Amino acid sequence: MNIMSPDIEIVGTNPGDPLPQLEGHVSYGRFERVLRAGHFAITSEIAPPDSADPDEIMRRANVFDGSVDAVNATDGSGANCHLSSMGMCAVMTRNGLSPIIQISCRDRNRIAIQGDILGAAAMGVCNVLCLSGDDVSVGDHPEAKPVFDLDSVSLIRTIKMMRDERHFLSGRKLASGPNLFIGSSINPFAPPIENRVDQLAKKINAGAEFIQSQYCFDIAMLNDFMAQAVDAGLAERAFILIGTGTLASAGTARWLRSNIPGVHIPDAIIERLDQAEDPRAEGRKICVELMQQIKEVAGVSGIHLMAYRQEKFVNAIVQQSGVLGDRKPWSADDYDFHRRKLDSEKSAQTTAARTDL
Amino acid sequence: MYSVRQWSVKRSRFLEGVYNFTNPGILFCLRGITRLFGKSLDRPITALEAGLKGFLFDCQMCGDCVLSKTGMSCPMNCPKTIRNGPCGGVRENGMCEVKPEMRCVWVAAWDGASRMKDGEVIREAQFALDYRQKGKSSWLRLARETGDVEKTDAPETELSERGPA
Ligand code: SF4
Repeated sequence: MNIMSPDIEIVGTNPGDPLPQLEGHVSYGRFERVLRAGHFAITSEIAPPDSADPDEIMRRANVFDGSVDAVNATDGSGANCHLSSMGMCAVMTRNGLSPIIQISCRDRNRIAIQGDILGAAAMGVCNVLCLSGDDVSVGDHPEAKPVFDLDSVSLIRTIKMMRDERHFLSGRKLASGPNLFIGSSINPFAPPIENRVDQLAKKINAGAEFIQSQYCFDIAMLNDFMAQAVDAGLAERAFILIGTGTLASAGTARWLRSNIPGVHIPDAIIERLDQAEDPRAEGRKICVELMQQIKEVAGVSGIHLMAYRQEKFVNAIVQQSGVLGDRKPWSADDYDFHRRKLDSEKSAQTTAARTDL
Repeated sequence: MYSVRQWSVKRSRFLEGVYNFTNPGILFCLRGITRLFGKSLDRPITALEAGLKGFLFDCQMCGDCVLSKTGMSCPMNCPKTIRNGPCGGVRENGMCEVKPEMRCVWVAAWDGASRMKDGEVIREAQFALDYRQKGKSSWLRLARETGDVEKTDAPETELSERGPA
């Protein structure tokens, strides 16, 4: 491919190639760049297939390309077995996408996790989300042995230590550290509500640099939580992305509410879905409205959009919400995009030069 | 026992007082016993600790007791053994996502800590457990660790002491 590139800083030389690391950044990644540049960011979530076919991964991943800033590859979410987060991320980075690897403490001990952290960084993964993980009892292998050697806060500290101090937990030195932008999750909508901000503080103190929240369907509760986070100075110390999503129907909403622990959906939203002629479309409309409202909340740096089984609408939802303004997230096609931009700038300059004449 | 455990969390302030009052004495005695008998009395002492704390807190004998920092709610009763909780799955009624019949141990912990004089220490992060300590006595460990300085786990210090292997 012939790349004419003064814009190598923006696009790198190959899809998947790490970008040069900017001053004050901890990773090579685009996601960190977007946030540190002060942009409102969007992340989404990819459902890993039950298959070993890399094309299937890319079919699922491509719908996000150019519409979000990073894509979370879930790690056995709901304690159900799927293709691994590591595998998803490996395929995605090779194709120039920006994944967030999820590491749950449920399945691996500290030996395996530290190895995976190095492996992920070596494959060009720039972002990691540290999770406790759902318990095995809720998944499809309830007979499995739960590990939970670390918890999410310990995991954050471990990665930060590997990255900044360049050694394993054992003290053994690393020849080069994993340059990962470290994230974790938070659920402001589950008890103990009054201590959720303390939990956020714990994670940020441990080293979390970005936060992705559980589903938010209740703006009043979010306002309360974010006000506390802003007061405590936490919103300045980490980028807080608030989760929201599309609900397929009132039935799904009720099911989520009663079966997925920690999901809080107000009755008003369920009623709206109940009365809608096309509940799926109404669910997306609600999502767009929530995104617009979330953006207005002080201290929020972005949105984590979970559109389970409606991934193909992510682009439209992001566009309709308008939360990105006219910013377009980077896409693997951006070689062309930036080349076109460069070309048009050049031709604009020539035109300007011509009119000057 | 579950109901006794809940009782203990409700009386966290009182138990904190008892702990602060008796702890130096217990450690003093244990240090003396260790000096006289070496490790030969470790088993009965461990059994005593397990019995007492088991009754009051459903203690799981993790070997690194943090009860005084977790509102007198033993975090090892969390099905995910989270030492910095709670997780995001707590039910709307405050019950555990994994065991709906059990109050989330971390909801209990923050509640217990709110009544304690030094409850604020719950905000400190605890590093994951050293599994070699499991089943061993925290009392004996504390007594044998240099004097009465209580070691809060801090991987940084521990690691920087250890240096490159
Ligand atoms: S709900 Fe509470 S007790 Fe249950 S797994 Fe989560 S933190 Fe542990």
